[in-house]
Amino acid sequence: MTTTPQLLQGASPLTPDQHQRFAELASTLTPLQRMWVSGYLAGSAEGADPTGPAAAASAEAATLTILYGSQTGNARHVAGDLAQAARARGLTVSLTDMADYKPTQLKSEKFLTVVVSTHGEGDPPESAEKLHTFLTSRKAPDLSGAQVTVLGLGDSSYEFYCQAAVDFEDRLRALGATVVAERLLLDVDYEDQVAGWVESTLDVFEPELTAVTPAGGTVVQMPGLAAAAPTAYSRRSPFLAEIGEVQKITGRTSTKDVRHVEISLEGSGLTYQPGDSLGVFFRNDPEAVDAVLQVLDLDGAQEVTLGETTRTLRDALLDDLELTQSYPGFVQRYAEAAGLATLAEMAQDKAALRSFLEERQIYDILHEHPAPVGAQQLVDALRKMQPRLYSIASSQREVEDEVHLTVGVLEWDGFGRAHLGGCSGHVRRSEEGDRVKVYVESGEHFRLPQDPAVPTIMVGPGTGIAPFRAFLQERDAAGAEGENWLFFGNPHFTQDFLYQVEMQGYLRSGLLTRMDVAFSRDQAEKVYVQDRLRQHGAEVYDWLERGAHLYVCGDADRMAKDVHAALVDIVTEHRGVGAESAEDYLGGLRDTRRYQRDVY
Amino acid sequence: MPKSQQDAPLIVEGPLSDNERLKRESNYLRGTIAEDLQDQITGGFSPDNFQLIRFHGMYQQDDRDIRAERATQKLEPLINVMLRARVPGGVMTPEQWLAVEDWAEQHTLYGSVRLTTRQTFQFHGVFKPDIKDTHRAINAVGLDSIATAGDVNRNVLCSSNPLESALHAEVHDWSRRISEHLLPRTTAYYEIFLDGEKALSTQEPVLGETYLPRKFKTTVSLPPDNEVDLHANDLNFVGIVEDGALVGWNVLVGGGLAMTHGDTATYPRTADDLGFIPLEHTLAVAEHVVTVQRDWGNRTDRKNAKTKYTLDRVGTDVFKAEVERRAGVTFEPSRPYTFTSRGDRFGWVKGTDGTWHLTVFILNGRVRDEEGRPIKTGLRKIAEVHRGHFRLTANQNLVIAGVPTAQKRTIERIARQHGLVDDTVTPQLRNSMACVSFPTCPLAMAESERFLPGFVAQVEQLLVTHGIPDDHIVLRVSGCPNGCSRAMLAEVGLVGKGPGKYNLHLGGDRIGTRVPKLYRENISPEVILEELDHLIGAWVSGREEGEGFGDFLIRTGVVARVTVSRTDFHA
Repeated sequence: MTTTPQLLQGASPLTPDQHQRFAELASTLTPLQRMWVSGYLAGSAEGADPTGPAAAASAEAATLTILYGSQTGNARHVAGDLAQAARARGLTVSLTDMADYKPTQLKSEKFLTVVVSTHGEGDPPESAEKLHTFLTSRKAPDLSGAQVTVLGLGDSSYEFYCQAAVDFEDRLRALGATVVAERLLLDVDYEDQVAGWVESTLDVFEPELTAVTPAGGTVVQMPGLAAAAPTAYSRRSPFLAEIGEVQKITGRTSTKDVRHVEISLEGSGLTYQPGDSLGVFFRNDPEAVDAVLQVLDLDGAQEVTLGETTRTLRDALLDDLELTQSYPGFVQRYAEAAGLATLAEMAQDKAALRSFLEERQIYDILHEHPAPVGAQQLVDALRKMQPRLYSIASSQREVEDEVHLTVGVLEWDGFGRAHLGGCSGHVRRSEEGDRVKVYVESGEHFRLPQDPAVPTIMVGPGTGIAPFRAFLQERDAAGAEGENWLFFGNPHFTQDFLYQVEMQGYLRSGLLTRMDVAFSRDQAEKVYVQDRLRQHGAEVYDWLERGAHLYVCGDADRMAKDVHAALVDIVTEHRGVGAESAEDYLGGLRDTRRYQRDVY
Repeated sequence: MPKSQQDAPLIVEGPLSDNERLKRESNYLRGTIAEDLQDQITGGFSPDNFQLIRFHGMYQQDDRDIRAERATQKLEPLINVMLRARVPGGVMTPEQWLAVEDWAEQHTLYGSVRLTTRQTFQFHGVFKPDIKDTHRAINAVGLDSIATAGDVNRNVLCSSNPLESALHAEVHDWSRRISEHLLPRTTAYYEIFLDGEKALSTQEPVLGETYLPRKFKTTVSLPPDNEVDLHANDLNFVGIVEDGALVGWNVLVGGGLAMTHGDTATYPRTADDLGFIPLEHTLAVAEHVVTVQRDWGNRTDRKNAKTKYTLDRVGTDVFKAEVERRAGVTFEPSRPYTFTSRGDRFGWVKGTDGTWHLTVFILNGRVRDEEGRPIKTGLRKIAEVHRGHFRLTANQNLVIAGVPTAQKRTIERIARQHGLVDDTVTPQLRNSMACVSFPTCPLAMAESERFLPGFVAQVEQLLVTHGIPDDHIVLRVSGCPNGCSRAMLAEVGLVGKGPGKYNLHLGGDRIGTRVPKLYRENISPEVILEELDHLIGAWVSGREEGEGFGDFLIRTGVVARVTVSRTDFHA
């Protein structure tokens, strides 16, 4: 458990003043911070750390605090880039995940940069939720005197583009902070713009910071970040891995096509932990690319330039450019390049554009609005293909140098075409022996309890079961004695019970203490995981009171919200409190990392 | 002719088979079936309950066609149950027919019922969440599935002879009374499947706490028709009619067809005639044939547990004497009777009460709409207007019984429109039968039901080639050696050995009183047809007037006659 031990003055060698200040500090520390502080002090006591108390004290006044809220790792990477560049300039930086940040510390910040992504309907990432809520609460402090900048990451194909970043900036400003540089909102193809933002941001802060900072600043990094072991392969330099198996794991009459994918990481040195994700680069559908070339009357062999490189148009469309996920910027650029006046006009109407884009892939737009457009113009109108992240469904303690994924193939008919998801379609076209570029994205906010005896409740309907398969493999291999309770749901028992035989084995062996399933379409009234949670509410609450960690993975828009509502009801009923208290209870679980979500 | 075995033990000592343990521990067939019904992680039952649900008329099965595919999908097999109803004598009302058909269409994997050789119907592909509702649905129309499988007396067969209406009613009533007298008394079925009240105590005066050593089958028949195939059954009441009245029965005991490949201690066997009893002793004799088998049957080896093996071990005379002692009855000498057929009489016949009966051919007993033969729709339309009843026959066909003259034309019209009356069905097809086998039966070794139509077409072609297109051979196919299609009483019996491979048995007779002998082992359908081609040629040129194929093969020494199964069958 994470309660702070009482500081007894009589037992310590500190002066009363030191004792008071230390007690104050200790009370604000998160578990991770306590670990760091203890390591830091232990190290300095042995003379290993040259940073004396004086230097540390003077750095306090002139630290650039960088807070990031990251879901897929992008915001974390951008924040890391900023910290690294700041350190190169000799500035003192505190780089902290919002999840590890004590909101009450906010009132003492003078220089602050917020990097935050947006998900679903304008929601902040899980890890930013606590700070986001705090800023809008009555407890939010006066921030006058603080200088802040905000960077948002988002996807312009969604309605509430970068809304979380906008919210953060609005709130900081409302609390009195000075926004010293205009916020920058970055779309999914953000990477080329990061370096410019880093430099311009530091240009703004550097004069202020150096005015009060002695030379030789330090980067204070949280241990969670440091723990992510660097490997040669990353998003910028992915590993070309071999696919070992692609197996459909839904039955023959299922309405869903879910694929179990096994990928070999042999020779890569890549490691991962349960809770991590795998980034996957994919290849667009050759048939769909050729159809686009035909409808636009373009020669695929023509050379085009992409940044610094030159490729044939066909290769660029296959491997480098986004052709599935549509977004407003494309419509605008394409309409302009192709001289499509009506399309350009429609793109002016945000609501109309949004509903136009809702079910259309870029392929659809090109088929519906073919126009004479140059090969390079087309390339320039498209954005770079982004890798897709999948929650890893295996533990290396079980599968060694393999990594397993559970991929739901997106498919639907419309606009006279059969549609497949970009990456999931690629997975379906893949065979054993094919190669695919991958990298590991660490998921610090979705981790098994450190203590193997702590019980877990896992809620993972649909492909949301993936990380729990990893958790179970891990706990099985580790011989962890903690109880495990899995909630799973999907449309039909006979067709859609993902990993059924494995879960039955875990129930037999006792690794799974219990499993409750909700097959929504097997009876007249639809039943979902949240209904099963409610049904067993007393036991769920009992498990939580016994210290269980609670995990939710899967659909963010509805499932995660419905599950949360069910949890509020359960706590309300079985704790005998009001809804607000129940929210606080769950917020407390979240703050102590006992309620973690991986939703998308 | 008694087969006395001197000094044979009446009770076989030794470690009991595991089924004996689970019956004893089951608390009168309850086990933990109710808990398993609640388990949503699997479509199946735990190992003990897998056995126990049989006593309530269900077999756990799966779609074997996709078993391997589902293993790669990390899914358990497509587990479901087959539910076999209890329909004594095979008599159903039109209301029952409609309810059963509706249910099959809406709540089973295959969307249809199958009529079986035990004069009942089976739902194939009932998934666990629908099990209780299925029992409720048939219960609502007065049907159940109690004791249609497991180590009990199963559905009692009864002649469906449509000519003798008054006698049929009488023997049918006896089949119902025998069925009820021998039913388990436990209320487990009602408690588990119909939410009935839990009984405070249970007694099983007839079947006993651990029920019978093995399955037990009973028939009631009315000569000259042997369509119940009495020699496949443990206990048989052959009706003796004198001066137009049913006066009593010849009781035949110890028939049974199941065997195990490679185990010569197992064999199909015809029943022995114990003698005549008047009607008033019917239930007492039925009860005590069962209790003697209950107490003397071999509970250490399920392959040696049926009544036929008990008779051969203790001697028929010893068994008979014990039944007489327990029942307080002395068997009189057998009275004469003659069987002349065991096929169904297709088409219309008029009963003695003036109503009409239409027997229709149902290929493989499968009530399903096929291209050009929408028989399921046709039967539904008939059931909607029919005021008599239906009789399921032991040959998997159906009698639309008790049609008043005024309605005969209407029924005829519907039947013809839907392929139920089809003049192109050959005598050969009508005398051919197959068990269910793949894809649902877990015991299947080779195809049977799906194999039959194509194979019969080839046999028909042989008959045409040899110039006897209107003749027939009693031909039966079983997917395994357990005998559901009664291949071991056929003139030509095929028993599945492996995929595409069968054992060919020859030499049964047309009326079903002789077991056919193994002729060639483990051969393909092509080889079987070559053999039949040759043998049919010999039959056509050498047969005596009216001589059937099986009788011809015995007379000419092609195969040896099986008289005493224990010594002759594997000789």
